[in-house]
Amino acid sequence: MAEVSAMSEPTAGALEREAERDDNRTRWLLSLPAMIIIVLAAAGPLLVMVVYSFLTPGDYGNVKWEFSTQAWVNTILQRDIFDDTLMWADAHLSIFWRSLSLSLITTVMAFAFGLPTAWFIATQPPGKREFWLFLVTVPFWSNLLVRTIAIQELIRAEGVINNLLLLLGIIDEPLQMMFTNFAIAFGMTYVYLPLMVLPIYAAVDKLDFRLVEAANDLYASRWRTFWRVILPLIKPGIIAGSILVFIPSLGAYVTPRVLGGGKNLMFGNLIELQFGQGRNWPLGAALSLMLMAAVMVSLIWYVRVTSRERSNV
Amino acid sequence: MKHLKLGAAAIALMAMAGAASAEKLSVYHWFEYIPQELLDKFTAETGIEVVMDTYDSNETLLANLKAGKLGSYDVAVPGDYMVSIMKNEGMLDTIAEGELKNKGNIEDQWLNVAFDDGRMHSIPYQWGSTSFMVNRDVYGGDIRTTDIIFNPPEELKGKINVLDTAGETLVFASIHMGIPQCSTDRDQLKALDELVQGAKADWASFNSDGAKDVLVSGDAAAGMIWNGFGQKARLEGANVEYSYPKQGYIVWMDNVVLLKDAPNRDAAIKFMDFLLEPENAAAVTNFARYTAGVKGVGALLDEELQTSPEQNPPADAPAGTFVEVCDEATQKVYDQIWTRLKQ
Repeated sequence: MAEVSAMSEPTAGALEREAERDDNRTRWLLSLPAMIIIVLAAAGPLLVMVVYSFLTPGDYGNVKWEFSTQAWVNTILQRDIFDDTLMWADAHLSIFWRSLSLSLITTVMAFAFGLPTAWFIATQPPGKREFWLFLVTVPFWSNLLVRTIAIQELIRAEGVINNLLLLLGIIDEPLQMMFTNFAIAFGMTYVYLPLMVLPIYAAVDKLDFRLVEAANDLYASRWRTFWRVILPLIKPGIIAGSILVFIPSLGAYVTPRVLGGGKNLMFGNLIELQFGQGRNWPLGAALSLMLMAAVMVSLIWYVRVTSRERSNV
Repeated sequence: MKHLKLGAAAIALMAMAGAASAEKLSVYHWFEYIPQELLDKFTAETGIEVVMDTYDSNETLLANLKAGKLGSYDVAVPGDYMVSIMKNEGMLDTIAEGELKNKGNIEDQWLNVAFDDGRMHSIPYQWGSTSFMVNRDVYGGDIRTTDIIFNPPEELKGKINVLDTAGETLVFASIHMGIPQCSTDRDQLKALDELVQGAKADWASFNSDGAKDVLVSGDAAAGMIWNGFGQKARLEGANVEYSYPKQGYIVWMDNVVLLKDAPNRDAAIKFMDFLLEPENAAAVTNFARYTAGVKGVGALLDEELQTSPEQNPPADAPAGTFVEVCDEATQKVYDQIWTRLKQ
């Protein structure tokens, strides 16, 4: 009798297991859309890039399905087209260097303008902060290209800045600002400034001003208070802002294209060139992956630094 | 099952109704090259809606069609040498004899052309020249020499814009040096590379779609440009003069081609016939300021076009040169010179 009941009625353990299985299935089903998006939109295209970077360029663009590591070699080394000697691909390296240094300059400039802005907003009375934050985000409503062309109107030969300086008699003839590295850094700083202001604002907003008062009470100079109390407390915001500015700058395309005049290429433009007029898709794919690797390295460095700090505290 | 069939029939019906009410035409065209009124007129006459995307060089057109856009456009407007390349790459569809009602309107000199003998895939759109313009407020000297771009006088250094396409800027450099366009001579290629690398220091920018604007705004004091686009710069108030250099210059013809796998082939044929009407060809010329390759246009043109310095070379100007198609191996060297230059 006991045996029969055990056969016909499932035990509590089996029931639990079944419920767990159901639960698992639901969980899988629920995560399916996310998985599909990750595979289709992230892993899939990335895989295509990896495959293409190991193929041979076709005659007028596209690729031939022949395995080749030439593209990867060419990212760093190139064969001279005139005497076939192997040499450093100095053009790629110099463009990478330009991208890196312009992105760093952009980040520093965005910080220099972003910190006072964020500080100003965070120290306003609570009712007014929203208004100022709103002003900071307004440029995001318009297209990146429109904002870049607005900058162009400011710095071109007969633009606002030159006309103003001429009118004031400070200069005799227009300054050449368009199509220079300055133009690119200036444009990117303007475009990415809100990405610096918002995280720093969030950090300053959380800052406990009693600590600042305590430092003042203990006769810390203003500079010392800033350096030893305020800066360490808002550091996470500064780092987050810097990363948010640095990474898109490194891959920027539109701003260097419009303000750099197609002459001072950045890495994004170099990649575009390979898929367009350069007609070397495998090299373009290899360069894109290199850029991704560079971004990954800086992100990993960031995670390491911040986690070490946390464990130190 | 019955429901499914009914549903399918309903969808098919709807699709047919949709096709009847809004026939479409997909055009891939150069920027600022056709007046919107003319597209509206085509829609009014035929009921076909026109969707247009634009590009800024023959090389961009080819690259984008290669990147999977072939099959989504019906017609494109490549220049002469690009028609040859696209034909050899099997990217063009053939227009059958008698399919184009207005084929007889094509000017005789443009009917049997080297890049499309007998006009099996294309019709003429406009033709013109590529050279450069100089701002006369900045430089008053002789401009009928390609030195202006490749070995510029002090006044123009750092204020020069060149076209952002290998097909034209490198060929123009070859004309300056007097070397063949598809040279395989390493010394010549090296000299070409050195010339453009050296001249780059005097150039402010590489810009095709902005070639007119930089001249008008004063951001460039000299710039390579197509003659019609250049005339627009002058008409917009810039004190600029178009040059027909003694060394030579580029001539070209843009052509409307029927693309392979065109989704709306019938509409494409209608559009080509429409563009071969003298009245419509004249409307394009009056807008773009080049020269049509269609008979009977003359009387319909703006008077100014008959005498403009951009369309009418001086008597002692040499004949222009068409861009040649190099073989693949040679082309790769030029592509590399271009890529190095852009870096």
